[in-house]
Amino acid sequence: MSRTQKIREFIESHLVISNNEKVLKDDDNIFELGFVDSLFALQLVSFIEKEFEIELENNDLDLKNFSSINSIVSFLENKLGR
Amino acid sequence: MDQDLKQEKIVEEARLFADKAIRPYAAEHDEKGRLPKNLIKKMAEKGFLSTSFPKEYGGLELDPVYYGLFTEEIGKACCSTRALVTVNTSLVGETMLRWARKDQKEKWLRDIASGRKIGAFALSEPEVGSNAQGVMTSYKESGSHYILNGRKKWITFGDLADFFIVIATGERGITAFIVEREFEGLKSHPIKGMLAGRASHIAVVELDDVAVPKENVLGGVGNGFTYIVNTALDHGRYSIAWGGVAVAQEALESMVAYSRQRSQFGKKIHEFQLVQGMIGDAVTKVHAARALCIRAGEMRREKAPQAIMETAIAKYFTSMVAMEVAANAVQIHGGNGCCSDYPVERLFREAKILEIVEGTSQIQQELIARFGLRKYYKKSKKS
Repeated sequence: MSRTQKIREFIESHLVISNNEKVLKDDDNIFELGFVDSLFALQLVSFIEKEFEIELENNDLDLKNFSSINSIVSFLENKLGR
Repeated sequence: MDQDLKQEKIVEEARLFADKAIRPYAAEHDEKGRLPKNLIKKMAEKGFLSTSFPKEYGGLELDPVYYGLFTEEIGKACCSTRALVTVNTSLVGETMLRWARKDQKEKWLRDIASGRKIGAFALSEPEVGSNAQGVMTSYKESGSHYILNGRKKWITFGDLADFFIVIATGERGITAFIVEREFEGLKSHPIKGMLAGRASHIAVVELDDVAVPKENVLGGVGNGFTYIVNTALDHGRYSIAWGGVAVAQEALESMVAYSRQRSQFGKKIHEFQLVQGMIGDAVTKVHAARALCIRAGEMRREKAPQAIMETAIAKYFTSMVAMEVAANAVQIHGGNGCCSDYPVERLFREAKILEIVEGTSQIQQELIARFGLRKYYKKSKKS
């Protein structure tokens, strides 16, 4: 499974129920569009660390890094390479 | 030595310490409304203020499961002493361990571990409880500093702490700041008349034009709620979950001891089936509560993303069990249970607090319900 698919699957399993019939696009801002709740960012951090075997640090925390599937993929490319 | 064995030894040491240096004085702490500095010093000397920290910061490296078992031992003996661990180690220490810069960790974590500095977490305000995103304490940029103004309330160890993680709002979003007590404009006032947590130095903390250096921002400007508050509350909930097991276990032991000693109608009261019903329920629920905590701890040890939710479930359940078992322990004690001569009176009061702190039971129910509505939804297949 590609990184994009893994991330999509994780986000889709955490969509708030009012949005779980909507189709999530790769560049949708999941926070601004209300796809996820306030605890999600932390769950996403745990997922990224465990799934991609990296440790996120203080200076990685910019929410822009995690705001869409595309931004997460690009953040991981910067961290881990393609 | 095997890692598990090492950790078991630390938990055992905590049990012996609690039996000798904490439990015999718990009622006195509650009555006097303070924890003696000498106790805090002794705990620091044993490494009990930093059991979950890595060695490089003076910790004992307990993993989450053993840290939980350690918390239970302290919490059984005295809730206020457990609250010190919850706030200083979990809310403040573990949050800093997770998101502080290296230089901030170097500066603060060793001091927490050694007991030189006690930290407190300043989130709640007079008008802001469950809706943590609504904090009104403000920050404003001013040269090399941020200027903080506002009032924090119900801050556990707020009247004793040497520094605070203060959550404030401003132009660039909610932000966390490390604020030292000695900064000009910071004052604390103890809150009297508490139902419980009377020795937890609960306070109002006032910030009046407090200038905080920019390097004291924790986790980056604008990340205060998403990362710092959520991380701190997650660690806090885990600690409180074990605090619930602690109260319930202690209350269970008290009801067992009392029912075996007390006679009415010519027989020991444990022989009455209605008393046995309460004891049977207590044993079952305490075991279930501990099992939930251990499961959450194992998931935390594995760094599983679901650990946050399992922790919320554990906190919700164990605080409810603590309340129920402590209430039944008072019931079994009868009139004696209503008097501070017996510890169950204090346990009953302390249990109530656990259903409120780090997210009320109702907030946990909402979180858990949202989780359940997602996880257990089987989409029907359309024909």
